[in-house]
Amino acid sequence: MRDFHRNSLTELAAGLRARRFSSVELVRAYLERIDRHQGTLNAFISVTREQALKDAQAADRALAAGGGGALTGVPIAHKDIFCTRGVRTTCGSRMLDNFVSPYDATVVAKLKAAGAVMLGKTNMDEFAMGSSNETSFYGPVRNPWNPALVPGGSSGGSAAAVAARLVPGATATDTGGSIRQPAALCGITGFKPTYGRVSRYGMIAFASSLDQGGVLTASAADAALMLREMAGFDANDSTSVDAPVPDYVAELAQPLAGLKVGLLKEFFDKGLDADTEARIREALRIYESLGAKLTEVSLPNLPLSVPVYYVVAPAECSSNLARFDGVRFGHRCENPKDLQDMYRRSRGEGFGAEVKRRIMTGTYVLSAGYYDAYYLKAQRVRALINAEFIRAFQSVDVLIGPTTPTPAFAIGAKTADPITMYLNDIYTIGANLAGLPAVSVPCGFVHDLPVGLQVVGPHFSEARVLCAAHAFQRATDWHTRVPQGYA
Amino acid sequence: MILTREQLASIAALARLDLSASEVPVYQQSLSSILNFIGALDAADTASVAPMAHPLPGLSQRLRPDVVTETDHHEEYQANAAQVAAGLYLVPKVIE
Repeated sequence: MRDFHRNSLTELAAGLRARRFSSVELVRAYLERIDRHQGTLNAFISVTREQALKDAQAADRALAAGGGGALTGVPIAHKDIFCTRGVRTTCGSRMLDNFVSPYDATVVAKLKAAGAVMLGKTNMDEFAMGSSNETSFYGPVRNPWNPALVPGGSSGGSAAAVAARLVPGATATDTGGSIRQPAALCGITGFKPTYGRVSRYGMIAFASSLDQGGVLTASAADAALMLREMAGFDANDSTSVDAPVPDYVAELAQPLAGLKVGLLKEFFDKGLDADTEARIREALRIYESLGAKLTEVSLPNLPLSVPVYYVVAPAECSSNLARFDGVRFGHRCENPKDLQDMYRRSRGEGFGAEVKRRIMTGTYVLSAGYYDAYYLKAQRVRALINAEFIRAFQSVDVLIGPTTPTPAFAIGAKTADPITMYLNDIYTIGANLAGLPAVSVPCGFVHDLPVGLQVVGPHFSEARVLCAAHAFQRATDWHTRVPQGYA
Repeated sequence: MILTREQLASIAALARLDLSASEVPVYQQSLSSILNFIGALDAADTASVAPMAHPLPGLSQRLRPDVVTETDHHEEYQANAAQVAAGLYLVPKVIE
């Protein structure tokens, strides 16, 4: 039982409650793994060792007294986009290199209340803008399956950490695929809930109508356990939805037979790698063998989701990132000659290349004379895509297809052309535009690299989506595969 | 369509971003290609479609009773500021 990392998060939580081992032992073992592999993977920006050990001791005391919550003593990591009180929160940017958050994000507070022990803050694309984790001020994260490859992004640090079993679960955020795409590229499970299901309070804003917090774990069962503790209404988030949170863990037992699965015609386009497609088709046959009924559906406007996204997300980003002005927090340039000079140089120095590109794209599409042609037009096409999803869910329960067009690619391979990089998210962005829950689960390998299968459900169908993922994982063992050197 | 240096300078000025001489041609090129890429939206027929600002339509802004709920944390918050004095944020002189 000392090879803790061979256990699932669910098993570790149960083992702690049964007092088969202590949280201090568990936390020490994972901190040791982080120390051993951080040099190769660069998955963490900060490791909060001392606080983690203190929290583990407190967890052990709570467990000894017969108390504690669902996750008491379980080690986790937070994407460095979530504000953590008294701990540096950088969002992967030089702009926030010295920022120590004065408060906890709601997600952080809820997981703390459930007893989880934070081991550190994970690396990410700067301000979550990227699909490869190469835009981080703290350097790229490496894929545990092959260190020459990207882990995906923007939640690349959380994904690599979970894939390498440096932590059994981690928080993440998804604006255009930032949970599901790295989950696919790292061979783990990544779950994005319905927009409004998980509070955005204290989650540094990128594109507020798209951003949603979620989890990266080895399995759907682990994701259900973490999500149950994270989800719920929060008065501090004006778009938080005031609806009861089902017991996602209990719901996993729902039978799959009779599930109506839609194969999205647009997900099997010419951009889909043939070997990746073969793995997806094999996975669909497993669903059929489990009693699911497959039908093809089409969302004709879905191919426009990437252009819609690259209007809406930069527009919202240019507005959200206006707050970084060098006054109240964040980087300030040396010796500003006047206020304008201070704004321009603080922002010019504090933001990296991709963030500046998106701020300027957003500034342009929102500027006088272009607003109707770009921004309003994109919002209208977004409405079309949303309506097509809603119509599709009148005839099917879930949509299943690939998460990404290809497996992981080489570091540096797509940095020269932003459009090539943006097209990585072609299958994931739709769920963000419509605010739908979606999961990526591992479904096989292409040339020793994991492939992700995506399941998308209607609004607030988290339980159904997790259940569909869980049924697949009960029938397969792809989610138990660990990269060589980390088993 | 290719953005001119002047157009890029005007966008950067609106966005309060100082760009180095070497960054200008890079952004001219990449912003132009992004604008061409998003031009694909023109093909969609949206004549009778209302713009969608938000994935949860019908959500109304919540209100709360107008009572004080926050306590004073200014010292804690200002610990992250580059320059403060007497509880105030300092910036370069604005009015001579």
